[in-house]
Amino acid sequence: MALLSFDVEHNKKKAHASMALVLALLIIFPFVAQMFGNSWVRIIDMALLYIMLALGLNIVVGFAGLLDLGYIAFFAVGAYITGLLASPQFAALLESMVYNYPMLGEWLVALLGPEIRDNGIHLSVWLIVPIAAAVAGFCGALLGAPTLKLRGDYLAIVTLGFGEIIRIFMNNLNDPINFTNGPQGINLIDPIRIFGVSLGGEAGSKATVMIGGYGMPSVNAYYFLFLALCIGIVFVTTRLQHSRLGRAWVAIREDEIAAKAMGINTRNVKLLAFTMGASFGGVAGAMFASFQGFVSPESFALTESIAVLAMVVLGGIGHIPGVILGAVLLAALPEVLRHVVEPAQLAIFGKVVIEAEVLRQLLYGLAMVLIMLNRPAGLWPSPKHEDRPDAAEVNTKDAFPAA
Amino acid sequence: MDTFIQQLINGLVLGSMYALVALGYTMVYGVLNLINFAHGDVLMIGAMVGLSILKGLSVIAPELSGPLCLAIAIIGAIPVCMLVNIIIERVAYRRLRNAPRLAPLITAIGVSYLLTTFAMMIWGRSPLSFPQLLSTEPIAIGGAVISQTQVLLLALALASMGGLVLLVEKTKMGRAMRATAENPRVAGLMGVDSNKVIVATFAIGAALAAVAGVMWGANYSSIQFAMGFLPGLKAFCAAVLGGIGNIYGAMLGGILLGLIEALGAGYIGDLTGGFLGSHYQDIFAFVVLIIVLTVRPSGIMGERVADRA
Repeated sequence: MALLSFDVEHNKKKAHASMALVLALLIIFPFVAQMFGNSWVRIIDMALLYIMLALGLNIVVGFAGLLDLGYIAFFAVGAYITGLLASPQFAALLESMVYNYPMLGEWLVALLGPEIRDNGIHLSVWLIVPIAAAVAGFCGALLGAPTLKLRGDYLAIVTLGFGEIIRIFMNNLNDPINFTNGPQGINLIDPIRIFGVSLGGEAGSKATVMIGGYGMPSVNAYYFLFLALCIGIVFVTTRLQHSRLGRAWVAIREDEIAAKAMGINTRNVKLLAFTMGASFGGVAGAMFASFQGFVSPESFALTESIAVLAMVVLGGIGHIPGVILGAVLLAALPEVLRHVVEPAQLAIFGKVVIEAEVLRQLLYGLAMVLIMLNRPAGLWPSPKHEDRPDAAEVNTKDAFPAA
Repeated sequence: MDTFIQQLINGLVLGSMYALVALGYTMVYGVLNLINFAHGDVLMIGAMVGLSILKGLSVIAPELSGPLCLAIAIIGAIPVCMLVNIIIERVAYRRLRNAPRLAPLITAIGVSYLLTTFAMMIWGRSPLSFPQLLSTEPIAIGGAVISQTQVLLLALALASMGGLVLLVEKTKMGRAMRATAENPRVAGLMGVDSNKVIVATFAIGAALAAVAGVMWGANYSSIQFAMGFLPGLKAFCAAVLGGIGNIYGAMLGGILLGLIEALGAGYIGDLTGGFLGSHYQDIFAFVVLIIVLTVRPSGIMGERVADRA
């Protein structure tokens, strides 16, 4: 860390130079990775999406100390909103509506016009992102309102249940009205189009995106979009962390009663953390849907929620660089396992003894247990500024005698 | 009316299994104020071990009768589950007893994830079929039917719960458990070895989960490595519904939740005019949980509100 320093307060010049250097590296990065094949850039794109998710969850778990085990549900909401508003799916919805509830259906068709009836809705990304963020945020508020006044572990279970409910609905809301197309999922979601340039590449261009006469693969274009979003989210969360609201979150995390006594409206502030985290998840979901071109309930299983939580925990709860590190490590892990561990096993034992997927799950589980037991602040914890003993040492009033 | 009675029976059967698992949650919560997140997976381990024992028995002693095999499977699964749960407590929870709340919850999730992965490695990914051990001849009750497995299940659940009540109310260990739940520090001063009590609590919870697991397999005849997740979650909902920390509450909550689910699944189609079907059965538990937490967070029989920040 000697060469690079991000300490803006004490060494502004050096911090800015370091940031510029990192940014330059990040911009060159996909062109280097591309030499090894587009699939690698694609993996990095997914890693960037995970960073967005992990940073969103970090607001909830890291800053405010609320364990949210159904975070992927908000990602799903964002993705399905995109699926509904930027693909032919809405036409299918109207068709099933006309078939099952003719009155309502005909009225809707008359209201929306034949264009939508035939082709569905195709909104621009500029509308979809705010809508996805708003709907996911609303879901977060809806879920948080009844549960946030309760203790943290109840919240964990309720969010877990919420994640399941969302998945059950996605799986079954294709009958009688076809909202989600059931287990098959929604196909043919429009690629993102910014200022008339489609990031999926124009038809017949072999997924090459032309920007100002210069062509690059579609995955690279998405890389830059996601990178920009990630930087935006990093900026927003860093600013949030040092804001009045961020300090209120940390105060609640450390000691809720004391925070209340200091005049913080704990319920509203917690609700705000929940809603903001959810809306970040929604944006990431919208990006995911456009990037993949299809969404199905499989992508939003509980294991994904746990994976994102593992990223936050492994990297360092509440510390933004740590969370990014955790997300990159755990997002890259399955690929490394696939490309390194499976061939290694083949070479040594002559067959694959433990599949990469199983190994990944084992490592996720182990990481969570071992990190919490031995390094509860994560691999890259936030530097301690507070001049006070740990909350755990103080708060032992009706605790157990030392084990 | 026949549907109603049938769903009532199904609900009772389902509910008694939830109750058995919910007891494990509620007892651990009572003593440690901790949600043993991996408890649902203990149920799964119980079912899997039971199945392995049955498979072993069919090779070693194929002449044994069905009910005897089932009894051996249950008795064999109990110590394995106890051991698993005691190891979980030792590894994942003991060192974090006085840590902030988030920490043991996260290790619990990690342990649960590890258990399912191990189960997947040992028993494979695909669902395994559980053999029919009792006669499949159903017993008719007023237009509805109940299988012999289900009758046995109800009887076993009742017996286990009765045994638990005796243990908690009448024995020295039970008194120590109640004392620790009330106030661990004072109980310690009175000479209660809290570590022993905690280990006993985890072991008893695991034994009940093992019974529920094997009977789950016998009743639904299909088990899988991921089967513990939903029942575990719902059993927790049941424990909250009854009032977490209260063993009578867990029994009541389990039975109630089973009834709500079965009746809900039976009638949701009619109630919503065909808009929602019985595949939404799984959402009832969570809806109940959210309603209970909003209206009466201490549950039906809970004494103190669990909100102690």
